[in-house]
Amino acid sequence: MSCESARPLPKSGTRHEGMTPAIPDMTDSELVQLAKSGEVAAFEALTIRHEQRVYSLALRMLRQPQDAEDATQQTFLSALEHLAGFRGDASFSTWLLGIATHAALKIIRKRQGLDVVSLDEATEPSETFDNIPHPEYIADWSQSPAELAHQNEVRGLLDAALAQLDEKHRLVFLLRDVEGLSVKETAQALGLSEANTKVRLLRARLQLREQLTRSLGDPQRRLERGHLHV
Amino acid sequence: MKCAELLAVLNEYVDGTVDPGLCAEFEKHMAGCNPCQVVVDNIRQTITLYKEGQAYELPVSFRERLHATLRERWKQTHPHGPPAVG
Repeated sequence: MSCESARPLPKSGTRHEGMTPAIPDMTDSELVQLAKSGEVAAFEALTIRHEQRVYSLALRMLRQPQDAEDATQQTFLSALEHLAGFRGDASFSTWLLGIATHAALKIIRKRQGLDVVSLDEATEPSETFDNIPHPEYIADWSQSPAELAHQNEVRGLLDAALAQLDEKHRLVFLLRDVEGLSVKETAQALGLSEANTKVRLLRARLQLREQLTRSLGDPQRRLERGHLHV
Repeated sequence: MKCAELLAVLNEYVDGTVDPGLCAEFEKHMAGCNPCQVVVDNIRQTITLYKEGQAYELPVSFRERLHATLRERWKQTHPHGPPAVG
């Protein structure tokens, strides 16, 4: 990507044009309006459309299928009960992922015996760009992400690398890079400052890069650090 | 710009939100620093790989339970709403 073409990643959720589209063809916004008017089929369509994404996020956050089910169910129950209050400032999916994050954090805090929901910065010092670990293993990957994405052993590798991240780094990476929330939305969902979110994101990206490159990098194309990274 | 200084703007560069002045400096450095080029490529590949990763399927029994629970809750909160479809 050149500087000239630099731009934020596009958001999902394009609107369809049409007179009165059938429920499966409706946008999320249209389904939300219909559900708000009392149409259960619209809410069911929203559930079907987003349940896999919510469950996947919960499972990656919590790493326990039973906990992921609890968080998923809590997310949709909460969405059902608070739908009238959804104003559409953010997309429905962003709103839903915020609820899912809240539900998952509640479970995480319960595990830790704490009665707070956010990753409270008051109890954890803000991270800075100082002491960020520098890249160690540097090599071009032997295959492209498109070639790697559907290999079962690679999926295991991705899950293992993610599991090794500190929870506070993993959650930021999942929301920002896997789910595509903005830094601001990620910060809001986790109750963090944007500055802290950015540092955690960088740490997560660098650590995942390091681990994946040790497995996916081509040893023949490994670069020795011929200069000081200072 | 030195290699270490790249780290502070790496997120913004990868996300395409970096200030244009810093972006030009970043790219000038990378043009002469192969390791940094590869690290940036690796990070983009890492993000792409996770983003394109497959979602997890809901267990069938849980999915049925979830939908039944939601229908029940809907009935409780919308006692006079339109009848359920399907």
